Amino acid sequence: MSAIELPLPVRGRYFTRGVKILTAIAGVGIAVYIYRLLFGIGAATNLNDQYPWGLWIAVDVASGVALAAGGFTTAALVEIFHKDKYHALTRPALLTAMLGYTFVVIGLLADLGRYYNVWHPMLPSMWQGNSVLFEVGICVMIYLTVLYIEFAPIAFERFKGRVNLPGKLSFLNRAAESFLSLSERTLKKTLFLFIIAGVVLSCLHQSSLGTLMVIAPTKMHPLWYTSVSPLLFLLSAIMVGFPMVIFESLLASRSFKMKPELGILSSLARYIPIFLGIYLAAKIIDLTIRDVWPYLFEFSTRSVIYILEITLGVIVPMIMLLNDRIRNSVSGLLTAATLVVLGVVANRINVFLVAYQPLYADKPYFPHVLEIIVTLGLISALVLVYRFIVMNFPVVSVHPNGRERHRVSSINVDRTSEKV
Amino acid sequence: MKGNRRDFLKLSAASAVALIPAAAEASADRKSADFDDVFGVLVDTAVCVGCRKCEWACDNSNSLSDQPLNSFEDKSVFASRRRPTDQRYTVVNQIEPADNNEKKNYIKLQCMHCNDPACVSACIVGALKKEPEGPVSYDAWKCIGCRYCMVACPFQIPAYEYDNALDPEVRKCTFCLDKLRKGEKPACVAICPNEALTFGKRGDLIKMAHSRIALNPDRYIDHIYGQREVGGTSWMYLAPVDFSRTDLPKLPDKPIPQATEPIQHGIFKGFIPPLALYGLLGLAMYSLRQRKQNGDSDDERH
Repeated sequence: MSAIELPLPVRGRYFTRGVKILTAIAGVGIAVYIYRLLFGIGAATNLNDQYPWGLWIAVDVASGVALAAGGFTTAALVEIFHKDKYHALTRPALLTAMLGYTFVVIGLLADLGRYYNVWHPMLPSMWQGNSVLFEVGICVMIYLTVLYIEFAPIAFERFKGRVNLPGKLSFLNRAAESFLSLSERTLKKTLFLFIIAGVVLSCLHQSSLGTLMVIAPTKMHPLWYTSVSPLLFLLSAIMVGFPMVIFESLLASRSFKMKPELGILSSLARYIPIFLGIYLAAKIIDLTIRDVWPYLFEFSTRSVIYILEITLGVIVPMIMLLNDRIRNSVSGLLTAATLVVLGVVANRINVFLVAYQPLYADKPYFPHVLEIIVTLGLISALVLVYRFIVMNFPVVSVHPNGRERHRVSSINVDRTSEKV
Repeated sequence: MKGNRRDFLKLSAASAVALIPAAAEASADRKSADFDDVFGVLVDTAVCVGCRKCEWACDNSNSLSDQPLNSFEDKSVFASRRRPTDQRYTVVNQIEPADNNEKKNYIKLQCMHCNDPACVSACIVGALKKEPEGPVSYDAWKCIGCRYCMVACPFQIPAYEYDNALDPEVRKCTFCLDKLRKGEKPACVAICPNEALTFGKRGDLIKMAHSRIALNPDRYIDHIYGQREVGGTSWMYLAPVDFSRTDLPKLPDKPIPQATEPIQHGIFKGFIPPLALYGLLGLAMYSLRQRKQNGDSDDERH
């Protein structure tokens, strides 16, 4: 194991070809987002009175929250259960969670008819304790704040000792410095309170997200309608946390041409089959207790979708990750992690859209092309902001060898640009 | 290593258990008798002739349209099964006749004003409210436009102003709450020429419905729709044909909020489960650190 792994801003060029493509998608997405704000939900979506929720709720909000679970699962593993060897993974996971939830809120605003009232649930006069959505909303708001607090030390680290305000503001430099070091010291002593709070808040709203559709018992397909849905949502959030961390780490090292942290990631991946197994067992017990197996074998569209969700998203990656050779190869690990990630996204889409069967729909809902563009735009924008922060803040810990390689490659880049 | 992993699993299991709601625990059981004194309407579909004057009165009273009364005599609308929309809070549909000889029956649709409304339970800011008089009211000023009420409603009634970019509202029958508070009948009931709509106290309406069924057992099926469905509704129906042939859905007697509220209140009971989880994780964090500082490091194994 490497003794010193200091997180540092990743060096390199921001705009690669892939990044340019993402910028274009994000740009179009933002334009459509503005179009939605100006012309209304009806102009930009296929939502109607039968299908009040669509792609934005299922993917931007529900899947977004689930895929940000890497933050709290990694925090629990390292900070609470003290598995120190995974320490290098906490900052990237925290950043993903922070940006993930930020974009969940941005995505949600597009879906809210009166987005400017989004703060209303904070007013005690409007608190509505019976509402599942109220609990989700409040928990997400507090958790988002906690995530920014948890990220603050990284920002302090970035600016401490090099505050250099321009021109006339420079007389504030010393005050800013002492403010930074005071905040850093205070936060260092209290951070553990926020870390535990983050895990508790995550458990609460990850599960409550699963309670949302329980309010439509007469409209939901029996394969997905269950009153233990909150437990299933919590278990699936926990199980997707590490795969998401692995998925990102492998993609990031590929993008920045760094050596993947295969040792740590493969080791982390050993936990995944356990969580997948627990989730699968809960699913099977649930189907058995509710006596709905016949629905699974009717081979209707929905039963086939359910079978695919479980097979490709849970069973296949579980078998793959139990195999040492697959788990210790970059491609095998990436494939398995991707399957789990896509499986959880599929589950959220299935619960919120596929299982929802309104009473008087004359045709099924399929997202409008503008809905899809906004979703792709938000995902692209998230990746761009992530890349920017990783290149400017100490988030990624680079393995000594990896850093060496990285330096060499960046020197090469400089040389080639000189020639040009 | 082994010990720690076991602890980890044990703690994960404990935290999961802490979150499993006491599923059996029901929310405050609201008894049907509590709603005897709220206002309701009994819709007698055996009496309704499909004149659609109620649609006009509703449009007029809520300023939804300024179409003249005679335009509502158009019977061609009965070719399709219409739904209430953001532009029309109530519609009258024809009940598909079983054969050509069967008398034509009609059914008026609008918000049912449930005793224990799913939309009220779902609403994140309390914009929807069950008024003591009986109506389920809507306060657009509070609304954030999440449309969870529309997901929740078992009758699929609330409609949304999707084409309004600035201040869209959830729209549905208001039960003419303002009129009720002034001692007046709802606009649709006031105009009904055949007394297909009877306005009154819900308890009295149930008695009246029972006596109509008893007096004319051949004319009605023995079922007051809305007496028990989803815990009872303010609007109730009598019909000469089985309700499965109408636009009203078959629903369980259990109020919809009882599917989610016990879970909600189980997770948050006195804030004990979240605080317990917090304490448990804090304890784990502290004790595992102590163990680690005592040299019981597990990270060398790789």
